[in-house]
Amino acid sequence: MVKRVLGLDIGSRSVDAVWLVDGRIANAAVADSGFDPASVAAAFVARGEHDAIVATGYGRHVARDSFGASVVTEIKAYAIGASALFPDARAVLDIGGQDTKAISLSAAGRVVDFEMNDKCAAGTGKFLEVMAKALGFTLQELGAASIEADSGVQISSMCTVFAESEVTGLVHRGEDRARIARGLHESISRRTLGALKRVGATGPLVFAGGVARNPAMVALITRGFAGEVLVPREAQLVGAYGAALSYLAVGGE
Amino acid sequence: MSDVVVDYHQMWAELGLDLPMHDALLEAVGGMYGATFMSQKDRPAGMGYLDFVMSEVHGLRIKELDDFRKSGGKVVGTYCLYVPEELIRAAGAWSVGICAGAEWAYDQVEQILPRNTCALIKSMMGFKLGKVCPYLEESDLLIGETTCDGKKKAYEELGKLQNLYTMELPQMKRPKDVAFWRSELVDLIAKLEELTGKKITAESLAAAIKEVNGKRRALQRVNAARAADPSPISGLDALLAVQVAFYDDVPRFTQMMNALADELEKRVADGVGVAPKGAPRILITGTPMALPNWKLHQIVEKAGGVVVGEEMCTGSRYYEKLVSEDAATLDGMLDDLAAKYLDINCACFTPNTGRVDDVIRMAKDLKADGVIDYALSFCGTYQIESAGVAKAVQATDMPVLRIETDYSAEDVGQLSTRVEAFLEMVK
Repeated sequence: MVKRVLGLDIGSRSVDAVWLVDGRIANAAVADSGFDPASVAAAFVARGEHDAIVATGYGRHVARDSFGASVVTEIKAYAIGASALFPDARAVLDIGGQDTKAISLSAAGRVVDFEMNDKCAAGTGKFLEVMAKALGFTLQELGAASIEADSGVQISSMCTVFAESEVTGLVHRGEDRARIARGLHESISRRTLGALKRVGATGPLVFAGGVARNPAMVALITRGFAGEVLVPREAQLVGAYGAALSYLAVGGE
Repeated sequence: MSDVVVDYHQMWAELGLDLPMHDALLEAVGGMYGATFMSQKDRPAGMGYLDFVMSEVHGLRIKELDDFRKSGGKVVGTYCLYVPEELIRAAGAWSVGICAGAEWAYDQVEQILPRNTCALIKSMMGFKLGKVCPYLEESDLLIGETTCDGKKKAYEELGKLQNLYTMELPQMKRPKDVAFWRSELVDLIAKLEELTGKKITAESLAAAIKEVNGKRRALQRVNAARAADPSPISGLDALLAVQVAFYDDVPRFTQMMNALADELEKRVADGVGVAPKGAPRILITGTPMALPNWKLHQIVEKAGGVVVGEEMCTGSRYYEKLVSEDAATLDGMLDDLAAKYLDINCACFTPNTGRVDDVIRMAKDLKADGVIDYALSFCGTYQIESAGVAKAVQATDMPVLRIETDYSAEDVGQLSTRVEAFLEMVK
């Protein structure tokens, strides 16, 4: 009987870990992915505080090959994690470092439909990082500036590279940085709300992933979404938590 | 099947191929084939034939075409299943489907075609401009068709480089369109007779119809076996069989596919499969997958699913419908040919409601757990049909995943996640 399960969410920006003992969270950790996420994950595994591992995120297959982890996709992991935290949840939005997922759930918490960006990182955490840098803000300052602004500048490029040029151009023309920050958040929010609509998402919506820690994004999604929006306290850990729970749900492999 | 390694470089040089680039292509495709096909477990023994054919794709088969032409035969290259192979064979020529399933020489292609052209058309031009396709160089005549705007206009460019004749395919299926399409067949007969110097007779056409029907029947048997759980053959292998059907020797291929079908039927009776019983079963519908485009099948089957059918031109649309063998006169046979070919449900037609019916029927017959709608980027006809197809199929309680992609490997990671999540969802 497996008592201790380690859930790993190996993402492009961070590696998140949740240790479950008898189904309850015993410990959790977040580390930067750096240039070698597999080694970061290996350090969590090396603690030896588990009997089984389930990995999700883009590095999940590496974890399977390196540590014999079971794997689930981020879609399933977030669905399980969000449903466990909020049993009434009918949709999940996860904006991570490199991708965005919109998931609709059945009343029983099963995935009904999902959408995910396919080729590029437009509208993800990475996009915000690049824009913050172009504006001379930290990530926290970017969110705060966006909230302070009374209105947003229209940003026409969704591509990270082109949007960066556009932002630089706006700064050179003397546009207020806060208004640019607001415009950037609004542009991501529009795109994300469109994805939620396409998968038929209704509330309550669980907003998870690293970008859910950005209060400006949360405010815009809450305003634009037709149902209730719930943000878990540890939004970044929902994937790792769901991955670990999935082991208990299916009894492992 | 001999183990003697024959060096075909002389033959390729005579065909005017760019030898270093051609070597690079063969090496890439050979490597891809090994990684994709030979790593599969529990394959039917009958796949050995297709492995051999693929290992000789630019070797022995080209030698056969070469010998045929040197003895006075003519080879006709085609790009689409609307071009009736029966007429080509009845005129004494051989028909070969030309590959357009890999990124090649895009730098040269984009000097002629817009970047935002579908991968199939860019590949078609790339193989010609890059001088790496011996089938093109062995073709005495290429036959194009007006299936979509992209192909129609690209044929004008291809026609500047090679002898090419374009058939006009109507875009609707009213009686007057069938009559028009029949008149296109009559014109094609004249073109083919001029090429080969042989008359198409009732006898030669009846024989060709029987022969090509025989090939389709063999593929029907192979594909019917996929309704079993576990499926006795992988989706990759079944797709490959149809891809090869376009260019292989017809009587030999038919015989080998019937032998494969015998084996598959035995496997089904014995409960032998390529994936565990209960593995998620996927039907794929959409844009054709020209050789060597195996991308989506590989992603699905690597993720633990099994592809049980293809509602596409490199799938059911190729083998499902037969030409009637009842007509005794050339006129009657032309009626039957025109009717059969216009009965194929391609997105280039309006309306094309028959395709949705086909997808729903196949999903049921093949006991699919989910449907993946596949469209190449910039393939407007299939991209636009995608939402409607998905909605209609979902209305039958069948989950649908819509994928738009191209031939590049750039999006394989993201696609794998989406496909894996879809498999988790349908099971």
